[in-house]
Amino acid sequence: MTQTMLNLHEMEISFGPQHPSTHGVLRVMVKIDGERIVDAKPIIGYLHRGTEKLFEAMNYPQCVPHTDRMDYVASATNNQGFVGAVEKLLGLTEQIPRRAKIIRVMLAELQRISSHLLWLATHAIDLGAMTPFFYTFRERELILDLFEDYCGARLTLNCMRIGGQADDIDAAWIQKLNDFLGIFDAALDEYESLLTMNRIWRKRTIGIGVIAPDDAIDWGLTGPPLRGSGIEWDIRRAFPYEVYSELKFEIPVGRNGDTYDRYLCRMEEMRQSKKILEQCISMIAETKEGDLKAKVSRVIRPPEGEAYFSVECPKGELGYYIISDGKNQNAYRCHVRPPSFVNLSALPDLVKGHLVADMVAVIGTIDIVLGEVDR
Amino acid sequence: MADEQEQKPAAKPAPAPAAPLARTKDEVLADPIVAPVTSAMAGAFLHAKEQVGEISLYVTPDAIVEVCRAFKAHGFTYLVDLCGVDYSTFPGHAGERFCVNYLLYSFKQNVRIRLKLFVAEGVSVRSVTGVWKTANWHERETFDMFGIPFTGHPNLERILMWEGFNGHPLRKDFPIRGIDTGARIYPEVFPPGGGPMPGSTGKAHGDVNIWKGPAVPLGRSPKGEVPETKQVEAPQGGDEGKADA
Repeated sequence: MTQTMLNLHEMEISFGPQHPSTHGVLRVMVKIDGERIVDAKPIIGYLHRGTEKLFEAMNYPQCVPHTDRMDYVASATNNQGFVGAVEKLLGLTEQIPRRAKIIRVMLAELQRISSHLLWLATHAIDLGAMTPFFYTFRERELILDLFEDYCGARLTLNCMRIGGQADDIDAAWIQKLNDFLGIFDAALDEYESLLTMNRIWRKRTIGIGVIAPDDAIDWGLTGPPLRGSGIEWDIRRAFPYEVYSELKFEIPVGRNGDTYDRYLCRMEEMRQSKKILEQCISMIAETKEGDLKAKVSRVIRPPEGEAYFSVECPKGELGYYIISDGKNQNAYRCHVRPPSFVNLSALPDLVKGHLVADMVAVIGTIDIVLGEVDR
Repeated sequence: MADEQEQKPAAKPAPAPAAPLARTKDEVLADPIVAPVTSAMAGAFLHAKEQVGEISLYVTPDAIVEVCRAFKAHGFTYLVDLCGVDYSTFPGHAGERFCVNYLLYSFKQNVRIRLKLFVAEGVSVRSVTGVWKTANWHERETFDMFGIPFTGHPNLERILMWEGFNGHPLRKDFPIRGIDTGARIYPEVFPPGGGPMPGSTGKAHGDVNIWKGPAVPLGRSPKGEVPETKQVEAPQGGDEGKADA
């Protein structure tokens, strides 16, 4: 009797696609029973631009700017994944000059920090904390300034080339980076003082969107959602690329697999990124200035074959799978394995049984960028 | 370490592809990474190759679910990626048109392997959603982009394109400039049913196209020559149309 009564009151509502907390154009059809979520179905594709189709029509260097537009808040890592895949297919990976590799790592780690800062700002706003937004954007601005100094762009960087780097960094840039790193620890402490022990924040995040380690693997989660569940796994450690094998850093893992643990993981990741950047600064001093490019033929035409290459982007494992037919300058097929897409597919499992307000927390915690989900 | 890496470019000026097809089918199948499964299910593997350090196994369509289960039982608990490929215009390709790639990862051994499965157009593939939950969206995407149906999938519908869209964008015969879907937006301009027609092939010449100019592949247009595009008449009653009249 009670069951039928409840079913009668079940209601389906459309959450998004134009909603401030959906971080873009995500629509979720939510079945609710009162305030409690019975089922959720994400509907995506509003930002689909056919990037994979475009890759087939352009030569390899022309593709790099298009990778920027996928995860548009972390374009450096997108570039890194694409050029890395082409270099793997060309057999160039070992020949990239050390200085170029270090610059790539620096850009990627700066990008990780800036992406996590944006995540923290929006996630906190979603849960009702307005102040962190102003604080994180203050530091994010400094990172964007660094990007602007390096390549002229602030968001869509297009900062990596197949075979190396186009631009070098100079002492002034390093100085600016050092200035930023000098204040960053204090800034992180400031964010944490606002949130970590905040009673409201803890109530809104602890025990919300729990995912068990086995389920996390089954759902193919990567990045902080996987590590938050206690699995110490990072592409930078599992398949080290660039100079990550020489760098010392820790992989933070959570214990409970809930929203709060994922928050702590990302905060610690920013500290680790800072550590990596400091090591890079001392490493780059030992390399020759201007040694940035491997010998790459003017026309890039990889041999026939296929290669999969992935990088640890701020959201998780970003993989590029390229098939070359060996005759053309464009990829026969280029498939992107976007972390946001895969992480988002676990959303229904994460929100079942929670309140509608908690779904906002869960969408924030899996850190999706719809440009990447829809490609 | 560092010095060695710096020395390498000088020693090897020409980019050397990492020995494609260095090992034969049997050697790859006997690789300790995959041997526990390949030896037990020898009939399920048609071919095997290794390139840039990645092992690819060609699996018969009938056995895919069993092969995936066996690999999962042997430590490949993580499905990294699943995607389709349309081999119809691949030079020298003689087999079936579509290929579905499964990329598996083993946390224990820290290796990835790829399973490849070739199917003809219209032939369905057995779904592996029962093996990995993450396959759900990947298979929906493959269905959406290539039109490869998956049997046993709990909810096989389009994911990136909208319901009612005709054609599968990543097929090689789908024009890169897209097909006309304007009938929904401009019913005055297009006759009923003139948009994405039911049973549309997705080919440019078969469909009504609002860009009537010749098809020019992106990035290849001759210098200084802009392909002439004839716009379809503006809708009656539109503001611009009135101003011209």
